[in-house]
Amino acid sequence: MTALAEALTVTRRFGHLLAVDQVDLQVDDGEVVGLLGANGAGKTTLIRLLLGLLPTTDGHVRLFGLPPSRETRRRLGYVSQGLGLYEDLTPRENLAFAHAAFGGDREVLPAGLRPLADVPVGRLPLGVQRRVAFAQALAHRPDLLVLDEPTSGVDPLARARLWETIREAADAGAGVLVTTHHMDEAEECDRLVVMADGRVVAAGSVADIVGDARVVVVRTDAWQQAFGSLEAAGLHAALVGRTLRVPGTRAGDVRRALGEIPARLEEAGATLEERFLELTSGWSGSGEAA
Amino acid sequence: MSWGASDLTVRFGAHLALAGVSLEALEGRVTGVVGGDGAGKTTLLRCLVGAIRPDGGEVRRPDPHRIGYLSSSSGTYPDLTVEENLDFAATTYGVPPEEARRRMAEHLERTGLAQARDRLAGDLSGGMRQKLGVIRAMVHRPDLLVLDEPTTGVDPVSRADLWWLVARAAAEGAAVVLATAYLDEAERASWLLALDEGRILAEGTPEQIASGVPGTIHSASARPGGPAAARSWRRGARWRVWTPPGAQSVATDGAEVVPDLHDAVTIAALARELGGASTGGEAA
Repeated sequence: MTALAEALTVTRRFGHLLAVDQVDLQVDDGEVVGLLGANGAGKTTLIRLLLGLLPTTDGHVRLFGLPPSRETRRRLGYVSQGLGLYEDLTPRENLAFAHAAFGGDREVLPAGLRPLADVPVGRLPLGVQRRVAFAQALAHRPDLLVLDEPTSGVDPLARARLWETIREAADAGAGVLVTTHHMDEAEECDRLVVMADGRVVAAGSVADIVGDARVVVVRTDAWQQAFGSLEAAGLHAALVGRTLRVPGTRAGDVRRALGEIPARLEEAGATLEERFLELTSGWSGSGEAA
Repeated sequence: MSWGASDLTVRFGAHLALAGVSLEALEGRVTGVVGGDGAGKTTLLRCLVGAIRPDGGEVRRPDPHRIGYLSSSSGTYPDLTVEENLDFAATTYGVPPEEARRRMAEHLERTGLAQARDRLAGDLSGGMRQKLGVIRAMVHRPDLLVLDEPTTGVDPVSRADLWWLVARAAAEGAAVVLATAYLDEAERASWLLALDEGRILAEGTPEQIASGVPGTIHSASARPGGPAAARSWRRGARWRVWTPPGAQSVATDGAEVVPDLHDAVTIAALARELGGASTGGEAA
């Protein structure tokens, strides 16, 4: 394996704000790494540091073993949240423009997009626009692909198709770094890095990150009443269907808080999202939410 | 009480935005409407609150002052503070000042907005603004609370706060209808409607939708060849291959998979796509 992108104990300050605090991160060839964090956790700053758009305050960034430069930029593909397409140009024109800047294949429009090749991008549905942005980012066969919330707003089948493209790039040897707010997307990644307050607070597979975190599951016909009783006791329950899931506590405490309300309680493994909330915000049943 | 819509049809010029869509919104229940961009979610929600008159079908809704609605664009006044936004809404709906203050304090506190009560709504982050929008929409304890993609673009921490508000409204007895593009979120609803191009793709509890998948699904390390290629999709590092009832099953190097909601909705969309292709289709 080759390290395509490396952050080596990178720190970035903006005045008094410590946006990225001694972060180590590595993306190897052929792997998809997910970067998770709440807004303000430092994800976007880290990506800008990795892309060489921002200088580090401390520590080093290496792309393909080198400091970021114009040459390393040519080996990168980047899809921003805003997609970075010209809305008044057609997909064909957008790709021709990118080709002139980056080189690579001339005719790279996937077959499914060809019927729409001459419609201005601004008039295409969001899912199609995303596929165009992907095609554009991949046209010069980048070694490293950086995707900022790549499938926001698209339906499940379209999302599966976009992930096919991401996986094909990884299978062909590219390294992929993906940010997302959605845990089902995070679970598509080979490895995850969780950031909070500028630091890496967890890293590894989904199983590594969830570890043995548990929640108390409450099943009762009177869930509305139970929700109120738990709140009154400072236990913050999440509603899933008609069951309540209470993180960061024990069944005994939940039982006491429910009082006379009949309910079946069981402990269950936390989901990635529940563990994420515990790691990043203290959003848990202990009543210490920010 | 039960609110909802039966057999809705909406046309915008030649475009069929909704075709025979029904939805039932029961009190104390969260009904999820899931679909991608252009699926018809917003049109359905607008019909439900009375902002659009459908070309066909019926809507049952409470009196307008008993509805809470957060549109997909914005539900707040950017040039008013957080507190002014909520005061204005409470006054509009005739909520007694004492009760309005109590609810406001509790909701702001619980969702981390208490420190921001004097900030202009226009200066809030996206997540904070969405939380304010939902608090505002439920300030009068509506019977029907309709939220159009409240969590789109919102980070997971604010999303947890938003879902607390949703649970709170349902616990108070509101029929909540919530649109989202995300299945991991839709999975939390107690009833789910999946829309695609203005039509219902699947409906039921998330468990019912998952267990109602026709045929079988197998895991595979590579995309199969032949006709099964069109019935396969990527799931993490591996592939899923769907075999519809009656189709020739394909030998894969992986085990049969118990479908989850993702598989079910993906298959429903695939089935429509494949069915559309073989019959010449009535693609929109």
